[in-house]
Amino acid sequence: MSAPIVYRSEGFELPGVQRNLIRWTIYLGFAALAVGVVNGLDQALSYAGINIFRFYPEMRTYYQGLTVHGVFNAIVLTFAFGNGFISLTTARALGRALSTPIQVAAFAAIAVGTVLAAFAMFTGEATVLYTFYPPLEASWTFYLGLALIVISTWLVSADLFLSLARWRREHPGERIPLLAYMSVVTYLMWDLASLGIAAEVVLLLLPWSLGLLPGSDPMLSRTLFWLTGHPIVYFWLLPVYVSWYGMIPRQVGGKLFSDSVTRIAFLAFLLLIPVGFHHQFLDPGISPTLKYFIAVLTFAIFFPSLMTAFAVMYALEIGGRSHGGKGLIGWFFRIPWRDPSVSAQVLAMLAFMLGGISGLMNASYSMNMMIHNTTFVSGHFHLTVATAVTLSYMGIAYWLVPYLEQKELWGRTLARWQSWIYFVGVLIFSTGLTIGGFAGMPRRTPIALISYPKLPEWQLAGLLAAVGGSLMFIGAVLFFVILAVTILAGQHEAVADIPLSETVERPTLAGWAVRLDRLGLWLGVSLVLVLIVYGSFIAHHLPPHLISQPFKAF
Amino acid sequence: MERYEKTFLVLSAAVLVAFLVALAYATIAMHIELPGKAGVIPIKPGQNVAAAVLATAPFNHPGVTKIGPDQYQVAIVAQAWTYYPREIEVPAGARVTFVVTSVDVTHGFEIPGTRVNMMLIPGYISKLSYRFRKPGNYRIICHEYCGILHHTMTAVLRVK
Ligand code: HEM
Ligand SMILES: [Cu+2]
Ligand SMILES: [Cu+2]
Repeated sequence: MSAPIVYRSEGFELPGVQRNLIRWTIYLGFAALAVGVVNGLDQALSYAGINIFRFYPEMRTYYQGLTVHGVFNAIVLTFAFGNGFISLTTARALGRALSTPIQVAAFAAIAVGTVLAAFAMFTGEATVLYTFYPPLEASWTFYLGLALIVISTWLVSADLFLSLARWRREHPGERIPLLAYMSVVTYLMWDLASLGIAAEVVLLLLPWSLGLLPGSDPMLSRTLFWLTGHPIVYFWLLPVYVSWYGMIPRQVGGKLFSDSVTRIAFLAFLLLIPVGFHHQFLDPGISPTLKYFIAVLTFAIFFPSLMTAFAVMYALEIGGRSHGGKGLIGWFFRIPWRDPSVSAQVLAMLAFMLGGISGLMNASYSMNMMIHNTTFVSGHFHLTVATAVTLSYMGIAYWLVPYLEQKELWGRTLARWQSWIYFVGVLIFSTGLTIGGFAGMPRRTPIALISYPKLPEWQLAGLLAAVGGSLMFIGAVLFFVILAVTILAGQHEAVADIPLSETVERPTLAGWAVRLDRLGLWLGVSLVLVLIVYGSFIAHHLPPHLISQPFKAF
Repeated sequence: MERYEKTFLVLSAAVLVAFLVALAYATIAMHIELPGKAGVIPIKPGQNVAAAVLATAPFNHPGVTKIGPDQYQVAIVAQAWTYYPREIEVPAGARVTFVVTSVDVTHGFEIPGTRVNMMLIPGYISKLSYRFRKPGNYRIICHEYCGILHHTMTAVLRVK
């Protein structure tokens, strides 16, 4: 017995225009990644003392390239992929088309926003890194570009919520299809979380860069930034969880274990938005009591990820055993590793387990004092966002691009190698950065240019970072070759549908589980939690201390 | 199935609680303190941050002050792309309290191999104490991006 996670199991087709909009949105994201990894290579080599970025035509400084790397990879790639992929999963789950005008507007917003921000960065007017802490001041085009990119995600949300609302009106008393639930909660979480950065950019930085405010407030800006800056990682991650819950079980021949547990995991992310203060453990001006309290909440966010680990492992195990895998771990070797979409995503999961461990270390403030702002941190987030998330996007692309193009994937064997090369690369890279971090090697720093002597431990660390980073770069290049050949020269192939998991049982229509679908209620609870954690700090702080004058020496 | 679901949830929660206990242990048994509220720089309306810092004690006289038996205060002003003073000397084993602030952008302050690690935010005072037991030269590094010469921002601490 099993139950679908979508409303209609068969016979759904997305209108052609919408399919194209989704296609272009996702390609915009991958184009950004292609530029981003070129800068990644020079950064990795710099840690080994090799300075190649002086040969990069578009960059005057290391920091200019690092800004592009952060903004294109961590913001443009992830937002574009989320917008495209989650629009598709929602439409598919509800069995109904989206709103074309809203989709057009969302695409226009993210495309124009990216061009504006790119213009500012490439002309050297915005070398402020992707955290853009004032009083480092970028040109207004940068802030406007970022604002438009965020607005595109809100437009997509509006489309998702409207579609869901219509569907519910047409189907009173029915449970929200699981795939739609995961998709919509992802954006609901993000809408609330993004208010911090939106307020920072629109109320403080944009008017300041236009000369309309007497100064900037470094502390308030930083706090608003991290209000969004931690939950933003769930926004990167949750589309990947949609795939790990919603597609991977089918792809490996297993089943999704539980409908309710899946819903609870997604809800947990919505409720745990206000934990961003742990990025500010070492900031002045915030009381230690608040910091200790936040440390507790920060640990709580491992809860939904642990649940995910159990659920995904269950699906993989059923899949592996159905392919003849035996024994305690024998099944692991029998999952369909030959499918590049599966190998990329299972390797991504392994990276995420390692990333989770280093994340726990980060969140423990005692440890944080050793490694804050060292390369340990870059080691951590290249396992998580740059691999668990990005390698999963690549794995998803291995079925998504053929589906959107109606073409066969070119180079399946190469694609399998691609994921392994990237994975082995990141293991070496992150090992190096972790060793360096323990020895205090600073992040955001061109070690190839520093004016002080390297500590002895930084030598090996930098070497590993350079070797691993180069492998990651090769892995990324292979991905783009596969993608380009598939798009430009792939054989036509009719791909009828996307892979869809099934749950073991139908969701119940009575009992406590039904309450999980009351999204308005949960959103309200989350809002209250955000107000409790941030409210007192912000209320004490206001009005803004506009003390700092623009600083543009970059 | 219901039972399996519950086992899942309980198992996840148990792992989490174990970690929290470990953290609480680290805090209480190891006496680890986070930097917290150490004061702000009073800035008059229209006044520039740098001027306000230089008018505020102890930043009007940056450097080492003995504040008690075996206790030293080190006042440091950070400015793109240096620290004042750039060379500091303290005795080994003494309790050293760093009191640091920035006159312009956000800077970092870390000493590799120690727990000395904090952010410097314009308008705020950052404070942290540490005992350097081993004599030698320690490097102070700015580990937050602060403009084009960020990678040259450093100072030296000599422990005698
Ligand atoms: C070829 C693959 C990649 C390589 C070799 C690479 C290398 C690096 C290195 C060495 C740094 C540290 C720079 C520094 O702190 O001075 C860095 C920073 C960073 N990387 Fe990557 N990276 C790669 C891919 C990615 C991907 C796919 C993402 C995200 C989707 C990503 C996100 C980031 C972010 C957010 C930063 C921090 C930027 C900052 O500190 O402002 N990277 N990368
Ligand atoms: Cu600095
Ligand atoms: Cu700096």
